[in-house]
Amino acid sequence: MNAVGQALAVAAGLAAAAAVCAMVVGRRGRAIAVGGLTALAGAAGTVGGVRGALGQAWSADLPQAVPLVGLRFGIDPLSGWFLAIVGAVTVVAGVYTIGYAGRDGRGMGSRTALFLLPLFCAAMMLVPLASSVPSLLVGWELMAVTSLLLVLTEHKHDPAVRGAATWYAVLTQAGFVALLVGTLWLSSAAGGSDFAHLRVAGPTLGGGTTGVVFLLLVFGFAGKAGAVPLHPWLPRAHAESPSNVSALMSAAMVKLGIYGLLRFGFDLLGGGRTWWWLVVAALGALSALYGITQAAVARDLKRMLAFSTSENIGLILLGIGFAGLFAEAGKPVAGALAMIAALLHAANHAAFKALLFTGAGSVVRATGTRDLDRLGGLVRRMPATTALFAVGALAAAALPPGNGFVSEWLLLQAMLHPGPDAGTLLTIAAPLGVAVVAATAGIGVMTYVKAVGTGLLAKPRSSQAAGAVESPPSMLTGMALATLACAALAVLPTFVTPALARATGVLGLAGDPLGTDAGAVALSVRGAQVMLYPLWMLVAVAGGTVVVALVARAFGRARRRAARAWDCGDGPLTARMEYTATSFAEPLQRVFDDVLAPERDVDVSHARESAYHVQALTYRQRIPDRVENRLYGPLVAGLRAVGERARGLANGSLHRYLGYLLAALLAVLVAGVWG
Amino acid sequence: MRLISRILRSGSAVQPAPPAGEPLTQAAPLRGSVQVRHVDAGSCNGCEIEIGQAFSPVHDAERFGVRLVASPRHADAITVTGPVTVNMAAALRTTYEAMPQPGLVIAVGDCARNCGAFAGAHAVVGPVEDVVPVDLHIPGCPPEPEQIVAALRGLTQR
Amino acid sequence: MNHGATVALAVGQTALLAVVAPYLVGVTRAVRARLEGRGGGRLRQPWRDLRKLLRKQPTSPPDASLFFVAAPPVLLATSLIVAGAGPFVAATSVFASADLIVVVGLLLLGTVALALAGLDTGTAFGGMGASREMIIAALVEPTLLLSAFALSVRVGSTDLSTIVAAGVSEPSRVFTPASALAAIALAIATLAETSRIPVDNPSTHLELTMVHEAMVLEYSGRDLALVEWAAALRLTILLGLLANLFLPFGVATSLAPLPLLIGALVFVLKLVVLAAALGAGEVFAAKLRLFRVPELLAGSFVLSLLAVLAAFILAGPVTP
Repeated sequence: MNAVGQALAVAAGLAAAAAVCAMVVGRRGRAIAVGGLTALAGAAGTVGGVRGALGQAWSADLPQAVPLVGLRFGIDPLSGWFLAIVGAVTVVAGVYTIGYAGRDGRGMGSRTALFLLPLFCAAMMLVPLASSVPSLLVGWELMAVTSLLLVLTEHKHDPAVRGAATWYAVLTQAGFVALLVGTLWLSSAAGGSDFAHLRVAGPTLGGGTTGVVFLLLVFGFAGKAGAVPLHPWLPRAHAESPSNVSALMSAAMVKLGIYGLLRFGFDLLGGGRTWWWLVVAALGALSALYGITQAAVARDLKRMLAFSTSENIGLILLGIGFAGLFAEAGKPVAGALAMIAALLHAANHAAFKALLFTGAGSVVRATGTRDLDRLGGLVRRMPATTALFAVGALAAAALPPGNGFVSEWLLLQAMLHPGPDAGTLLTIAAPLGVAVVAATAGIGVMTYVKAVGTGLLAKPRSSQAAGAVESPPSMLTGMALATLACAALAVLPTFVTPALARATGVLGLAGDPLGTDAGAVALSVRGAQVMLYPLWMLVAVAGGTVVVALVARAFGRARRRAARAWDCGDGPLTARMEYTATSFAEPLQRVFDDVLAPERDVDVSHARESAYHVQALTYRQRIPDRVENRLYGPLVAGLRAVGERARGLANGSLHRYLGYLLAALLAVLVAGVWG
Repeated sequence: MRLISRILRSGSAVQPAPPAGEPLTQAAPLRGSVQVRHVDAGSCNGCEIEIGQAFSPVHDAERFGVRLVASPRHADAITVTGPVTVNMAAALRTTYEAMPQPGLVIAVGDCARNCGAFAGAHAVVGPVEDVVPVDLHIPGCPPEPEQIVAALRGLTQR
Repeated sequence: MNHGATVALAVGQTALLAVVAPYLVGVTRAVRARLEGRGGGRLRQPWRDLRKLLRKQPTSPPDASLFFVAAPPVLLATSLIVAGAGPFVAATSVFASADLIVVVGLLLLGTVALALAGLDTGTAFGGMGASREMIIAALVEPTLLLSAFALSVRVGSTDLSTIVAAGVSEPSRVFTPASALAAIALAIATLAETSRIPVDNPSTHLELTMVHEAMVLEYSGRDLALVEWAAALRLTILLGLLANLFLPFGVATSLAPLPLLIGALVFVLKLVVLAAALGAGEVFAAKLRLFRVPELLAGSFVLSLLAVLAAFILAGPVTP
């Protein structure tokens, strides 16, 4: 067993140990034991993933594990990349859980939740390692079930949790059914369920079969990734679950949907047709624009972060779609660049989303509310959380010198240089893709300014926010680890480019788009005279700020004075006069009024004496998820109608039920004879 | 097009400036750049009209480095008009304290100087120097725009 | 490429733009005053204001945190970096680092710092200014990116100095339909980004009509000096980009002293002409109602999208 195998065995062992600890350790030490062991398991997984991404091979065969088909596992650079991402997020979540789960044995600290946490992480690590269809499906379903139960952790405190879990369960299982049908159809058409077998047989299958299979797989994988319009579970589940679970789901689990799409679309089905990647790119564009618009007007902090995940998944899908389009148009170098941008963005998003969700969890735990309109003033009461959250927000807003900026730069470069003979489709699609990325970036900046500015700065707008205290050191350490990952990816992305090049090689996009002539400090694109210096950008901005501040201070010499905020002379300003998140986003909501269609309710109660005098006025505004209402509203209503009608089938008559059994038996016999 | 022809026809409306007033020693650190925030501490608006005229194209105090600003935080001097009424006393004090140092107070008009016709009224606290320290008085009811411009020239020494 | 020479050029260029920026504001104000029949201040007046403000005492509201204090240096630092890196005097940049995505990103970072400071004050005006400024920035950033992309497509690089150098060597490239559309879009985006009429009135006293000014109502003394200087510098940078991207004659193509001197003089001249045009334009236009500003910005976005499409579709052979 080579180094990768050893690392994975250690990871599996630690995860099992963590699960056992959850059952046996008393409530005081449970969180420490489980959190610590899970973090170590994640670290081992990351080590294995990194080695795999750098080219080390490993495989394992367990023919007796599942009857008839057996399980096969193996690692290649693509799996290694995603395994490393999952492992790193697990480390952050594990360390964070030590403080977050608390010592009272309830909620996240209960036996069940802490038992499921390492299993969820282990299942997530299994998925990229699968090298046959049954292994993938086993890992996938294990991941879905454990995450569903973890979403339900707080169901006793909050009735909304049950609704969230229902949506999650239904959509995940619908996706799983699509995956099942798609992969089984593919396996039966190709004559085997091993990835090695499918890789050989896949490109030889007919266009119709592969097309339908691809659409089913897109439904399953993009649904898990949270792409619009398969997204309604995402804002609910991520908002209602405990924050360490939200971090794991948003930073790691949705990437596995991307992994599945890449594995099947590029690797096993051999790249496919142009229209496949057009569909993926269109899904990406829709997710990016709709996700960020909903995030910009969201009032709930975690719902905002969840829609932002949808947006980033949209950007990743856009990159993947363009990679496929470039590959089909005979431009492998541009395709490789787009794929590298997408894969790097997957890692960057995992880093900053883990940081943001753990930060949000810190805030919610300290104040008891997720409502941005009621937060505020946390910069003085929770300075470490504010600082780390601000770093995450900088990265998520894709501003230099953050890591989100680097992958967005790469994505834009990929779409900007298709070349003169790229064909009509790409000539029209590339500028539209650039416009989508640019528009999303602009609104994304506004979203995160809203989150940091109204949620964390100025005066607290409720007594809950006023009473906040800083989180325990273990939670801050988890956040700090995620910050370190963001900083490393921001400043030295060239360290991961070899792994990225190998991963894109696995996908059949072997151009070598990133030039190496600039050394370790710059990213450059071959064939275009463009360069990015992430480290110098950070040094210039940080150093420049310090230098300007010191020089101004030296020249100015006047000392700073604390003074009451200027309130136009009348009484002192209260917290009620501050801008809330809803008011901050109001101009944007007004601009996108047709897309968002807010629902407004005005309740006027008049005074008893006269109908002209108003006693009380209540104004309520809700911004619904229009895609969900338009798409799922009729669907749910239709299913309910079908269910009502089908009640007539079960009328209690034993004879009728026996008749059903007979008919089913006859149908199976006929099908067996015929097939 | 009509606007262009009107601009060409009207030309410049600026009158030659009156001689500069006495230079104010407290204004020396400002070195020729004074931003002014106006506070109406209960005036009849007569002085406001004259101050507005002082900044109009005819008298144009902006030639001498004086500008009106929106916030006392951005200001070097506040011009105060009117006898300080009971309702405006606290606001005037807050405005003065909001100014960064060095900050000057210019009392414009007779009401600001000694309450003018409103001396002893029930709603009046007193002249401006009872509420905030005054650096310069501009007498008159109302003072002429030329007097105001001359006094402002004394501030900027230009 | 002689790195020492390009670094010296960058430092010199930064100093030149930092010194010229307040004079440009003076030019704009002077032209506007003359057209309105007033005398107006001298050209040196913005410099006098800055010098006095630097010596004055800065104040901070009690609820403010490091965000409030750090925003003016961040704003000025990012503006200085862009001033040093951009292709203003010569069509080269330090380490070829004037990538237009980076330039737009750095300018946006400065805006974000100021918006967070506005929210940090805890006043209603600060939040109002931040909210309005961010929606304008959100709608302007795509336009800035796309109009610069329209120019980069023909050149095959997003590096601004490469685009300017291509414009200098082949002026016919500059006068294309895509460039014309991009120029109009970029001009509107410049007006929005620098808070000038018709998007925002920089000299208004009515807080409810303010966008940029409302964010800085709480700043005084040294902080205000840095903010005002940075605002003037950003105006200079954007006018300079407009000038060099669409009127690229006179830009130095080598690092010899004479071309650099000519480049600097021509650049300052172009800036003065554009600033005078800006001042004159402000006499004839009024500020738009805030609810109409998104329509204007959406129009400029569509123009820039058309520019990019035109550039892609009409692109001839691309020189690597």
